[in-house]
Amino acid sequence: MNTASHAVSDTFTMLRRNFKNQLRYPTSVIAIVGIPVLFLLLFVYVFGGALGTAVTGAPAGRPEYVNYILPGLIIMTAATGSLGAATSTSVDMTEGIIARFKTMAIFRPSILIARVISYVTQTLASMALVLGVALLMGFSPDASFVDWIAAVGLLALASFALTWLGIAFGLAAKTLDTASNLPFPLILLPFVGSGVVPTESMPAGLRQFAENQPFTPIIETLRGLLLGTHIGHSGILAISWCVGIAVVGFCWALKAFARDRTR
Amino acid sequence: MTINKTPLAIKVTGLRKSHGDQVVLNGIDLDIPEGSVFSLLGPNGAGKTTAVKILSTLTTPDAGTVTINGHDLAGDPDGVRASIGVTGQFSAVDILLTGVENLRLMVDLGHLDRRVGRQRCAELIDQFDLGEVARKPVVTYSGGTRRRLDLAMTLVGAPRIIFLDEPTTGLDPRARRTTWQVIRDLVADGVTIFLTTQYLEEADQLADQLAVLDHGRLIAEGTPEELKGRVPGGSISLNFATATALNDAVRALGGQSIRNDDDLSLQIPSDGSALAVQGVLNRLDIGSIRNLSLHTPDLDDVFLALTGKPSTNEKKDQEDQQ
Repeated sequence: MNTASHAVSDTFTMLRRNFKNQLRYPTSVIAIVGIPVLFLLLFVYVFGGALGTAVTGAPAGRPEYVNYILPGLIIMTAATGSLGAATSTSVDMTEGIIARFKTMAIFRPSILIARVISYVTQTLASMALVLGVALLMGFSPDASFVDWIAAVGLLALASFALTWLGIAFGLAAKTLDTASNLPFPLILLPFVGSGVVPTESMPAGLRQFAENQPFTPIIETLRGLLLGTHIGHSGILAISWCVGIAVVGFCWALKAFARDRTR
Repeated sequence: MTINKTPLAIKVTGLRKSHGDQVVLNGIDLDIPEGSVFSLLGPNGAGKTTAVKILSTLTTPDAGTVTINGHDLAGDPDGVRASIGVTGQFSAVDILLTGVENLRLMVDLGHLDRRVGRQRCAELIDQFDLGEVARKPVVTYSGGTRRRLDLAMTLVGAPRIIFLDEPTTGLDPRARRTTWQVIRDLVADGVTIFLTTQYLEEADQLADQLAVLDHGRLIAEGTPEELKGRVPGGSISLNFATATALNDAVRALGGQSIRNDDDLSLQIPSDGSALAVQGVLNRLDIGSIRNLSLHTPDLDDVFLALTGKPSTNEKKDQEDQQ
């Protein structure tokens, strides 16, 4: 029997299930959007007055600081999306329904493919919400149409990579607690990079880490696209990191999915 | 096992599985004819669920060959999957979807024609008495209703072979009887049932063939009657109105009876024939006997005799029978 002939229809069926679940249980979207928005409010209104002047050199720093911090927090949304993917994957795997799917003559990869598509969609929608809040707070991008297309493409790629990693966490973790703890460092990585302050202001060891971790080139590329700052070789680094993370997450997820999780 | 001319739905030879250095299945052979109910019995941890997981393609065995509905498990798992339906111990429903949506999910994943599928869903909703809740999210269902939906979902694709892993665990006696009727109806349509259970009464009620699994080995196989025949005799149980009457009876019958002073009863080993009962009664003052009951060996006795320990749910079984 060849189940590949059902690849498209099975993927659509799984997608329909996932989207319905997301719409009926929007708690994860609230967390995915809530964490970056909370940091946005905190950094702009609490620290923004002081940090803005220090970071941008403008006398009234707060409005300028919204522009500086937004790229980092949009990328943080990819990380909170990854956390959402990890937790809901973990919950789903412990329910019997996935075992039921595995005993049916379906195109098995559709379970993971639909999952990735629905989580990336969820993360991109969440990013749009974060961007909306930032616009209300005075974010003023300086980007052409082509820049926007490139920015969305970069965000989709970053979400794709971190979603695969999140799914792998969710599949590999034995408990829900582990699944929700594993992606947590990802959420904090934009802070230990160029997300809230330039890396030049950091002490030597930390600065080296900050400049060479994956989030910094992604943030710098996004900042360049949206605000016209210098991108340089950050663009190619950002894409390489995303592809690398996606490949690792993908392989890990496949391996963990093949393993028997049913009790 | 018995020689049967009907084709085999499931053939298992030399099935082995270990988790680490713990042997879970230690060489299992099974021949299950089409349209029959086979029941795998065993205490918790005997390996029943592992056997179901292997046969339903969720886990791969370490050794052995399995053929299901003519498809080799190792070579054509999708062929096997297309022939089977599985209801496991843990409910396999999507709790955020409604009952109807869960059934439709099975229609689409079973690649059924939409129109046929809709009709099938309507029939199952009717058969499993899900009409009132069909449009509500499953998260609002009671445990018993979820299990009914679970079983209905398994039947959407009209599978020829159905695995039921402890399908009635946790159900009330009425729901259990409903499930039994569903199983009987399926068998009448020629479906083969592979049933695991801890309830010996359930196996006794439903199974054509049964096997007892203990420590990864099949320690007994046969029809329920054959297995019961392997256990030494039953007994006559007498209940007396007074302690004096009990004492008189013990004196009259001699040493072969077992007395219980708490409930003033006496157990006399017997094959349960009318002649034997008459023989006992003739030696007693019939007026002093409050009631009499016959105990024929049931599968609990078989279990005890074979494994050296009572079945895990013996007590619960007796309660449920009342």
